[in-house]
Amino acid sequence: MSVDLSYYLILAAVLFTIGLIGLLVRRNVLVMLMCVELMLNASNLTFVAFASKLKDVGGQADVFFVLVVAAAEVVVGLAIIVSIYRKRLGATADDLSSLKG
Amino acid sequence: MMLLSATYPDSITFVLCAIVVVGGGLGVVLSNNPVRAALNLVMTLFGVAVLFVELSADFLAVVQVIIYAGAIVVLFLFVIMLLGVDKQEKLGSEPLILQRVIAIVVGLAFLGMIIGYGWGNFNSHGSYSVIGVASGGDSGIVELAKATFSYYLLPFEVTSVLLIIAIIGAVVLIARSGPGEDEVKEDISAEIKTDGPKEGHENDVSVSEDKVDEVRSVDFTVGEEQIV
Amino acid sequence: MKLVFLIPAFPLLGALSLIFFGRKLKEPLAGYIATAAVGLSFIFSVVVWIKFLGFSGNVFVDHLFVWINTGSFKVDAALRVDPLSLTMVLFVTGVSTLIHFYSVEYMHKDIDFPKFFLYLNLFVTSMIILVLGNNMLLTFVGWEGVGVCSYFLISFWHERPSAASAGKKAMIVNRIADVGFLLSMFLVIHYVHSLNYSAIFAAGPSLAKTTVDAIVLLAFVGAMGKSAQVPLYGWLADAMEGPTPVSALIHAATMVTAGVYLMVRLSPLLALSPDVAHIITIIGILTAFMAAMSATAQDDIKKVLAYSTVSQLGYMFVGVGTGAYAAAIFLMVTHAFYKALLFLSSGSVIHGMHDEQNLKKMGALKVVMPITAVAFFTGWMAIAGVPPFAGFWSKGDVLVGAFSESWLVWIIGLFTAGITSYYMGREYCLAFLGKARWISESSKGKKKSSKKEDHGHVVDPHEPSFKMMIPVVTLAILALVGGLLNLPFASSLKFLDKFLTPVIAASPSYFHPSAVNQIALGVLDAVFAIGGGLIAYFIWSKTYEKPALEFTLFKNAWYIDKTGDVAIARTSTKLAEVTDNVIEPKVIDGAVIGLSKLVLAVGILVRKMASGFVRREALVIAGGLVALIIIGGLRGGL
Repeated sequence: MSVDLSYYLILAAVLFTIGLIGLLVRRNVLVMLMCVELMLNASNLTFVAFASKLKDVGGQADVFFVLVVAAAEVVVGLAIIVSIYRKRLGATADDLSSLKG
Repeated sequence: MMLLSATYPDSITFVLCAIVVVGGGLGVVLSNNPVRAALNLVMTLFGVAVLFVELSADFLAVVQVIIYAGAIVVLFLFVIMLLGVDKQEKLGSEPLILQRVIAIVVGLAFLGMIIGYGWGNFNSHGSYSVIGVASGGDSGIVELAKATFSYYLLPFEVTSVLLIIAIIGAVVLIARSGPGEDEVKEDISAEIKTDGPKEGHENDVSVSEDKVDEVRSVDFTVGEEQIV
Repeated sequence: MKLVFLIPAFPLLGALSLIFFGRKLKEPLAGYIATAAVGLSFIFSVVVWIKFLGFSGNVFVDHLFVWINTGSFKVDAALRVDPLSLTMVLFVTGVSTLIHFYSVEYMHKDIDFPKFFLYLNLFVTSMIILVLGNNMLLTFVGWEGVGVCSYFLISFWHERPSAASAGKKAMIVNRIADVGFLLSMFLVIHYVHSLNYSAIFAAGPSLAKTTVDAIVLLAFVGAMGKSAQVPLYGWLADAMEGPTPVSALIHAATMVTAGVYLMVRLSPLLALSPDVAHIITIIGILTAFMAAMSATAQDDIKKVLAYSTVSQLGYMFVGVGTGAYAAAIFLMVTHAFYKALLFLSSGSVIHGMHDEQNLKKMGALKVVMPITAVAFFTGWMAIAGVPPFAGFWSKGDVLVGAFSESWLVWIIGLFTAGITSYYMGREYCLAFLGKARWISESSKGKKKSSKKEDHGHVVDPHEPSFKMMIPVVTLAILALVGGLLNLPFASSLKFLDKFLTPVIAASPSYFHPSAVNQIALGVLDAVFAIGGGLIAYFIWSKTYEKPALEFTLFKNAWYIDKTGDVAIARTSTKLAEVTDNVIEPKVIDGAVIGLSKLVLAVGILVRKMASGFVRREALVIAGGLVALIIIGGLRGGL
């Protein structure tokens, strides 16, 4: 008998919250992206936990797709960061406020 | 406690991994140096990979290590090195008023509610093994492959499109030319004009090899405008 | 009898051909085509009438086609041939033909000559549809057609502002009244589920009394507008702005008789509703009296006739209200004769005087226009009710009805008859007797009457052409002998009564006086008529200015128009001004501007949320997520 589903879910929730708070607190855009990765991992963990619990491979397949999306997101996100940094050196997320109303 | 009802090695593994995962997550959030944050991220990813194994998702665990730790984090580090942004961020100060306090309150409220609402309800009520039977070892991988390439065929294809788009987008965003950009642009526009309006279409697939670069650089200007 | 559809078809065809070819047809031809169309219509009316005399039934219905078919409710386009509609059609087409013929000369050299005849033909078509319709809706089609054409014709000289506004007035007053007709129809549809007259009459006795009252009263409201009863009569006097043949057509043959026709048509219902009949009697006698008094003080040759029409219509409604339906129709027919005669001969006067309509500037025209004078004299005698002219017999019948209703109504009616004779005598004397005021003006007033010279007219009254005389003389003869239709001496001589009896209700209150009473009433009628005429002659043949007898109250037609003007027009203008000055800028603009200010204020507030800081916005999203979870938890969704 493996560890109960609840603990995995709570762990995932904790991990997600850490990512969320990090995203809101950190100013470095790269670190913010890493926090997004943390949140994605938390959801992956949930998927796999349910897949194991339900003995259904669908949850694992979903993780597969989340991975792809995460990869794509990181690629594009980093590309954006690079081009922003080219424009203005050492920019943090707070410097990018041209959307100010 | 349920935790104790699990077999001993399983519990030990879970606890250790949980510590690693949460510690790595906190490390990402709290470390001043982006490089350190990235390394902490790797730690979290490894912890999650071990948990995947624990949940008998062997293949995903391997993929997790190879893609996340091996590719994505390396990509992060590349960017950090490339841009030289590995200088320390001052975590002590916060320019946005109350941002940190509200963020923590909101985050904890979120966590509290998830756990509060869910406590005692963390059970699955779905039907079992609809897509395919998940089991450890080789048969699990076979089932995953079957599911991916039959039941999830359409999403699978869509992800391939998504990746292509992401690659093209990244190339478009990054691969801009340097200071000489303006000259190149002028040359192209001149050339496009002589070639006639049809050839000058930006997304025209049938352009010849040597024109791909030119076309792309036209795209860059578009990208630039979007970003700026 | 199947030929009945040809009666409306010919004028319609005439109107259509004038629409398409009117401009190409030269001046007299267009008029003659229109005259021929109406003339053919008259001929076929006679043909249908002769066939009908040999017909065994009382009503013949010619179904043309199904017009409206919605589930259980169905309306046919069907023509109804019965004694009433035949009587109407015969005199409408007959008199209209004469007026058409007269107009050909009268409208000579008018720019819109073909258009005029187009409208005339359309007018007659509408009127024929009105009287021949087998159901209220078809009658309503004609009713509205008549209204529209009257608008076109009254405003025919639309470059004159007064003519344009008179047309609008006729239109608006009639629309107000039409609401009554429409509501009446709605009630009929609701309670009877059919608009066919036969169905309505069959259902009549089984309906609740209040329902019948409402139907008849609302129909009477419609009739009040069309037939110019108090207080909706102002438009008819203003309608004099149209060309004189139009006045003749509106007053004599078409339009205004529509209301009387409708009430007689609905007489089987009206007989069930004595209360409404009383109201009709009261309004009728009031109209007769007030309009007659108004006519005594008018200076315009046509205005006198206009008010006399209103007055005569009042008499007709007295007939309708007292149950003397046949008498009302009899008066309508004879009135058509002598009123057309009066209008056409006054048209000849106006024509001869070069568009001068003021009685005070006429006089002594008998010398230069003897035939017209005789014709006008005939009309005077006929309308006054001097025996043996047509008016004596028809008005006598109506007064017999009034006598049976109430002695008060009868006395007012009798007195009004005297007044009628008086104001017509005044008009005759002012126009044809006395001094020739137009001579003095044109000879001595070279400086004064420069107005006339501006128009290049030399006042030179003359008898109109022979062609214009034909209709006038014909009508004069008819006005003289029209009484033959319904002589009271023996029941075998009451042709019209006998003819109409099958289709009109026999009112229970209808009074059949003894021979002695009848003679007594007739003598009284004659005395009042002759007396009124003699008074007029003695006063007005000598002088033409007698302000003591021309009260301003009557000159202004009891100020009913002015009252309406003050009560409705002015107040609504005031209301509009208040709306414009207060409600528009403060309330409506205030609301609009306030709304924009509100949006602006909210925008300024909300703009602060869009700080542009990515993290702040992410925080808002996270806060929203938490809020959603809270709401979901409160609603038990989690």
